[in-house]
Amino acid sequence: MLAKAKAGTILDTFPKYLVLNAERFADRPAMRHKDLGIWQGWTWRQQLDEVRRFAIGLSAIGLKRGDKVAVVGSNRPRLYWSFAAIQSLGAVPVPVYADSVAEEIAYVLDHAEVRFAVVEDQEQVDKLLSIAEKVPSLKEIVYDETRGLRDYDHTHLHGFEEVQEKGQSAIEASPEAIAQWHASVDQGSGADLGVILYTSGTTGRPKGVMLSNDNLVKSALHGNAFDKLGPDEDIIAYLPLAWVGDHVFSYTQSYTAGFCVSCPESPETVTEDRREIAPTYFFAPPRVFEGLLTALMVRMEDAGRLKKRMFDHYLAHARKVGEKILNGESVGLLDRFRYLLGEILVYGPLKNRMGMTRLRVAYTAGEAIGPELFRFYRSIGLNLKQLYGQTEACVYITAQPDGNIRADTVGIPSPGVEIRIAENGEVLYRSDGTFVGYYKNEEATRATKSPDGWVHTGDAGFIDGEGHLKIIDRAKDVGKLQTGGLFAPKYVENMLKFFPDIKEVVAFGDGRDFCAAFINIDLQSVGSWAERNNVSYASYQELANHPEVYRIVGTHVEAANRKLAEEPMMAASQIRRFLVLHKELDADDGELTRTQKVRRSFIAERYGELIEALYDGSTEKYVETEMTFEDGRKGRVRATVRIVDAPVFGVAAAPVMEAAE
Amino acid sequence: MNRHVDPREALSDGDGIAMGEVLLDVRNVSLRFGGVKAISDISFDIRKGEIRAIIGPNGAGKTSMLNVINGFYTPQEGSIVFRGKERQKIAPYEAAASGIARTFQNVALFKGMSTLDNIMAGRTLAMHRNFFWQLLYYGPALREEIANRRKVEEIIDFLEIQHIRKTPVGRLPYGLQKRVELGRALAAEPSLLLLDEPMAGMNLEEKEDMSRFILDVNAQFGTTIALIEHDMGVVMDISDRVVVLDYGRKIGDGTPDEVKSSQDVIDAYLGVSH
Repeated sequence: MLAKAKAGTILDTFPKYLVLNAERFADRPAMRHKDLGIWQGWTWRQQLDEVRRFAIGLSAIGLKRGDKVAVVGSNRPRLYWSFAAIQSLGAVPVPVYADSVAEEIAYVLDHAEVRFAVVEDQEQVDKLLSIAEKVPSLKEIVYDETRGLRDYDHTHLHGFEEVQEKGQSAIEASPEAIAQWHASVDQGSGADLGVILYTSGTTGRPKGVMLSNDNLVKSALHGNAFDKLGPDEDIIAYLPLAWVGDHVFSYTQSYTAGFCVSCPESPETVTEDRREIAPTYFFAPPRVFEGLLTALMVRMEDAGRLKKRMFDHYLAHARKVGEKILNGESVGLLDRFRYLLGEILVYGPLKNRMGMTRLRVAYTAGEAIGPELFRFYRSIGLNLKQLYGQTEACVYITAQPDGNIRADTVGIPSPGVEIRIAENGEVLYRSDGTFVGYYKNEEATRATKSPDGWVHTGDAGFIDGEGHLKIIDRAKDVGKLQTGGLFAPKYVENMLKFFPDIKEVVAFGDGRDFCAAFINIDLQSVGSWAERNNVSYASYQELANHPEVYRIVGTHVEAANRKLAEEPMMAASQIRRFLVLHKELDADDGELTRTQKVRRSFIAERYGELIEALYDGSTEKYVETEMTFEDGRKGRVRATVRIVDAPVFGVAAAPVMEAAE
Repeated sequence: MNRHVDPREALSDGDGIAMGEVLLDVRNVSLRFGGVKAISDISFDIRKGEIRAIIGPNGAGKTSMLNVINGFYTPQEGSIVFRGKERQKIAPYEAAASGIARTFQNVALFKGMSTLDNIMAGRTLAMHRNFFWQLLYYGPALREEIANRRKVEEIIDFLEIQHIRKTPVGRLPYGLQKRVELGRALAAEPSLLLLDEPMAGMNLEEKEDMSRFILDVNAQFGTTIALIEHDMGVVMDISDRVVVLDYGRKIGDGTPDEVKSSQDVIDAYLGVSH
C-alpha cells in the first residue's frame, strides 16, 4: 500500500512512518547500540520486524487500544521500539524519568492509569513492584535486561524477548496476524494521542502533557526542514527518555527524517561512544558543553609548552575570525589561511577529541548558556545554536537560524510558530506543536492555554529589532513601574553582574516611580583594584563606602543604563539611583538562598529603610544591621550608606529629572 | 545487554557434584610457621552453590585458611578434599586449573595494563594454542582470542565496568579495582571462588554494589563462593553459612543466625576477661 511512497510523503503517525521507512530506507541503518564493546546495528527493515513482533506480542498479553503504557529506563533500542509498538496498537506511551524515586513514579503511573509498563532492568522492576499497591491499574510489566530476574514470579512479568517470541508464534500460527497489525497501524490517525510526557515541575505535582500525533509529526517535520535534517544524520541518544527533547530528537525526528539513532553502551560511556559515532546533529544542555570544555582545559594544562602556545595562539585567532567565517561574513584571505592552519593544527584535533568532527548542527537549551562558552564552540567552527522550547510546544518555540546567531537571544520563531508578547511581558505562542492539554487537569490546561490556542510560557521576554526573542525573567517576577514600563529585575541585575567588580545586585521598581538598586561589590575584584591603586581599607564596609569605589560602580551603572536604553522594552528599567551595600549579602543571614539566589522579599523587609531612602531623594542614610559572623556569633554593623543618582539615556531620559529630584 | 546464562549450563565442569553437596572438605587441617600455630585442627566443608563466609578477629587465621585451600600454603597436618579428590599438597597453578580462583586482600592487579587486559589475563587457562600458533595469529589462535574476548566482554557487561574498559587499572579508584579483580577471577570460570575481604576499604554504596555482584555471580553462574569479610552486616546478609575462627581454632559454624547467637562467637568478638 505504501510501495509507491516517495521520500517527501507526509504521514500522520510514527508507526506509519516506520512501515514507510522499511520500504524507502530498507537496508539503511535505523538504530545502533553498543553491546559487548561492539556497535550492533539494525536496519529500518529489521527495526520494523522488531517492533512488529513486539507489538503483536504485547497485544497477545492483553494490551488494548487506548491503554497507557509506562516506559522507564535509559536509552536503549528496545525502549525506543516500544514507543512505536505501543503506538501501533493505538495505545499511548508514557515515558517516565528512570532516576525518579518510587513515590514520584507511583504518582505518575497512577495519575496516567497505566496498564502496562516496559522497563529496562531489575532495578526498575523492583521499583514498580514496590509501588504496585499504589498503582492498581498496572497489570503487566515487560523488562529488557534479564539479569537477576530469574527467580521472580513471572505471572505478570515478561521478558522483552518472550513477548517478541509470543508475537512470532502468533505470526507463524496465522499469517493474518501481520495483516491485522498493519490494519491497526492504518487505524491510527493524527488526532490520536501520541504520547503523554510528565513535566518535572519545580512546584507542585508533575503535569501530564498530552501531545497528539499531529503535534509530534508536524513539529518534527518543521524541525527537520529548519535544519535540513535527512536520512544521513547520525545522532547519539543519551538524554532522559521522558524529556521531550529526547523524544523529539531521538524518536520523532528519526522516524520522519529516517536517520540513525545510536544508543550508548552505558550512561558512563557516553563521551567515548560519542567520539566513535561522531554525530552530525547533537543536542545538549549547557552543562555538557561546559564539562567538555573544562575537561579539555584541564588536559591542556598538562600539555607541553609548544602545544600550549600553539593552542593559545590559534584559539585567539579563532576568537577573532572563527565566528565570522561560520556566519559566512567576509574575512580577509590571510586570516582565512591562518584559520585553515588552525583547523589542521588545533581546531580539528579538538573537535575530534570531543566527537564533533562531523557535527553539522548542535543545539543548547534548557537554561542560558554563558556567552564565553557559546562563543568558544562557535569560534572553532561548530554550528552551535540556541533553542527555546517547552514540552507543551513539542520543543520548538524559537531557534537560531544558521548564520544569524547572537549569544544573548534565543532566535527567531520556529517554522509554524506564532509568538506574541502579552501585556505583562509574558511570551505566548501558538503552533502546530501546541499540546492538547494536561491529562486529567482541566484547570491547569485552562490556565495555560487559551481557547484560541495561545500558550503561556511563564517566561517574560521581548522581541528585539531583528525579530529575535530575548528571554528576560520568569513572568511572575516581572513587575510594572508606576509609569507603566516593564520592570524585569533579573534582567537588570544580570546586566550589572556582568561586570566583575559587581557581585550581587538587587533591583527594585515594581509599583515604584523608577528602578533603583542595591549593589554588592566583589571583594576579590575590587580588592585587587585597591591594592594596585594604593587604596587602603580595613574592612569590606570601608571599601564599599570608598568614594572611588562609588565612582567605579557608577560608571558600570551608567554603562548598563546605556545598554538598557537600546532595548525599547527595557529602557524604562534604567537604574536612576543606587547604593553600595555596607555588608555582603549572605546565606547565613537569610539574604541569599543556599544556592546563592537573592531572596528579594526578605531583603525588602530587612532593608526597608534603605529602600525608602532610595525613593525619598535622600543622599545618605544611617543604618544598623544585624549580621552573622563566620563563627556563628551575631553582631551589628552600623554604617552611613550614601545614595547616588545615575544618568539615564534615550527616550526615558525626559521624566527622569522630575522623578529623581 | 545481558546474556541469559543457565546455571545448570555453568556446571559443565562435569564434576558430578549436585547442588548442595560437599564441594570442598577441609579435614583436621593444622598449619604452623615455625613455632607459630596459624591454624590448629580445623574442619569444615563448603557445599556446592553456597556462599560460605569465614570470619574472625584479626590474626584468627582466615587468610591462612584461604591460602591453604588454594595451595599457597601446605598444611603440616590434615587434608583437603576438593571435588571428591583428596590431596595434601597442591601447587597454586594446579588449584587454579582444578577450578579454584581467588581475589586478594590487597588488590593484586597488573597496574599498567587496562581493565580489559587484566581480565583477559584471567583467561590464561582457556588459551590452548601454543606459542607458534599465537605467533601465526590468523586461524585457530585468532578464533580462540575472539571467543575469549567475548567471554571477557560478558564479564565486563556483568560487572558494569564498560566505561573503564581501556583505562589502565592503576588510575582507577580502589572500589573499581576491586571490581576488576573480581572480574579477573570470574574470567577463569571457577567452580570455587575465594574472595579475601572483597569489601575492605569501601564506602557504603560500593559495598552494596559489591554485595549485589557477589549475589548475582552466585545466582547467575551458580559459582560456589567462600569469602572472608569483616563487615558483619554484609556477612550476615549475603552468606548461607558462616565459619568463625579465633586464634587459629574454629569456634563456630552454622547459619548466620546460629553464629550470631553463639556465646563463644560473642565472646571472641566483644572480648571477655579470662
